[in-house]
Amino acid sequence: MIDAHTFIGPYPFRHIPHPDPDALVRVLDRERIESAWVGHLPSAFYRDPAAGNDTLFDALSPYTGRLIPVPAIRPDWPRWEQALAAVLDRGAVAVRAYPQQWGFGSNHPAMAELAVACGESGVPLVLTTRFEDLRQRHAMDLVGDLPAATVRALARAGPRVRLLVAAASRALIEEVHWGLTPDERARVWWDISWIWGPPEDELAHALRTIGSRRFVYGSGWPLRLAQTPRANLELLPDELRAPLAPLGDAAQIPARSA
Amino acid sequence: MVEPAPRAAPLAGHEPLVDVHAHFLHARAGRRDWEMPNRARMRAGDRIGITVHIASILGTWGHASPVYFPSPRDVTLGNDEMLAIQDRDPDRIRSYVTVNPNDTAHALDEIARCGERGAVGVKLAASRRADDPLLDPIAAAAERRHFPILHHIWQHRTREWPGQEISDGADLGRLARRHPSVSFILAHIGGGGDYRHTFAAVAHIPNVYLDLSGSGVDRGMLDDAVRAVGARRILWGSDITMETGLAKLWALEHVEPHLDASAMTDIRWRNAARIFPLGALPGVPALEREPVVVAGHAR
Repeated sequence: MIDAHTFIGPYPFRHIPHPDPDALVRVLDRERIESAWVGHLPSAFYRDPAAGNDTLFDALSPYTGRLIPVPAIRPDWPRWEQALAAVLDRGAVAVRAYPQQWGFGSNHPAMAELAVACGESGVPLVLTTRFEDLRQRHAMDLVGDLPAATVRALARAGPRVRLLVAAASRALIEEVHWGLTPDERARVWWDISWIWGPPEDELAHALRTIGSRRFVYGSGWPLRLAQTPRANLELLPDELRAPLAPLGDAAQIPARSA
Repeated sequence: MVEPAPRAAPLAGHEPLVDVHAHFLHARAGRRDWEMPNRARMRAGDRIGITVHIASILGTWGHASPVYFPSPRDVTLGNDEMLAIQDRDPDRIRSYVTVNPNDTAHALDEIARCGERGAVGVKLAASRRADDPLLDPIAAAAERRHFPILHHIWQHRTREWPGQEISDGADLGRLARRHPSVSFILAHIGGGGDYRHTFAAVAHIPNVYLDLSGSGVDRGMLDDAVRAVGARRILWGSDITMETGLAKLWALEHVEPHLDASAMTDIRWRNAARIFPLGALPGVPALEREPVVVAGHAR
């Protein structure tokens, strides 16, 4: 089991306790999770994430195989292609991008180029729908949630593009999934960290209608409680609990080995 | 793959567990699938190990009048539906009586009527700001019946929001100070807004209890809540996301400062047993109400 949606590092708009690699390892032990894809949270708010990537690789180096770095690449930055090659050389299994935080519209050509480049390199591109609920954001945090149009545009950018979208809820997932061709939607995965369970049973609905193979385990730690996705799976209706094996492993996303 | 817990073992353990913030739907709420969420709540409640769901229905949930501004007719309809649900499952369900304080006479009549039929508390949503004088007769009626008041709250009201006349912790605190013998349940600290503002606003008001429900599962929120008010003023609830309720219950085992077994019992059921009418909660040991201590004086 991989937790495909974790970070290390502080968040600019509120204090979060212990956002450190050793704390994450203890959480994974407690939750019986084998490994995690880990981003560097402050990098989402840097203009140039390069320094954050260095911090990420250094911080995770004692935890090779357990904490897997997912660095960020900003595709409108000079020499981003070299930056991408460098992080792949250092062992990245996926790449993060934050089009909302960088002020990109849904059809920004640089994002499409990054998605295609990641696809050609055999790594998925990871997008984050939101870090916090819209209802609680800091007055300076004016960035809206990731639009469905952005995800659809990237899924259509090329036949080898693969996307993992974190922290999406039912409406966004359905708008994207049913707005893509079967081939396109087969290259998009979703983490379950922000999909509601009972009594509305939106996760159950998504698994029934879209299929469990499109979903992976993710928590949003250290912003959110790591227990939430486990609770959500435990509370699924009986008929959905047994065939859950395809869900819960980001390793199902074709990618380079860690 | 996460290993599911054995079927026989409740996910939250065998000790009593009171959900102080639940809702149900009904046939006139404008949803053809209204029975599915009701069934899902009971299914998930059984799996979690919820002993009693204390629930409310806000009129017709917006179908015939607005969710947070329900008409008198819809208020009565919703309360009747809620009490009917309680009547059908008396071992697991208890009711709040929902009122709209703008219709004062009707609100007071509903509290009396539904109190006689078995309601155990009052639900106030967002029809009128919490510190408005119109809420005073409601609080006085609740006091006479030893009913706690569950009040819908936005954590830190920085502006008006459409569809509701929203209150925050500071607003509720002003009402609670005027009615120190009434227990106020501040709804869903995870339900939107800045909970840290709430904690600062009510930490020193002993008759305000925090309900942990809401979809928000921010790390640090539970730790801050425990630091602000202590385990004796925290109540467990789920609202409309039961998975986040379960996650928060599990996470309480790891908060800083550490909660011992007695503190966890307080949060799971004992605090609820203290503030609801004596013996009102099925499956939960009855506890005598404790006097609220304000500034060193028992009231």
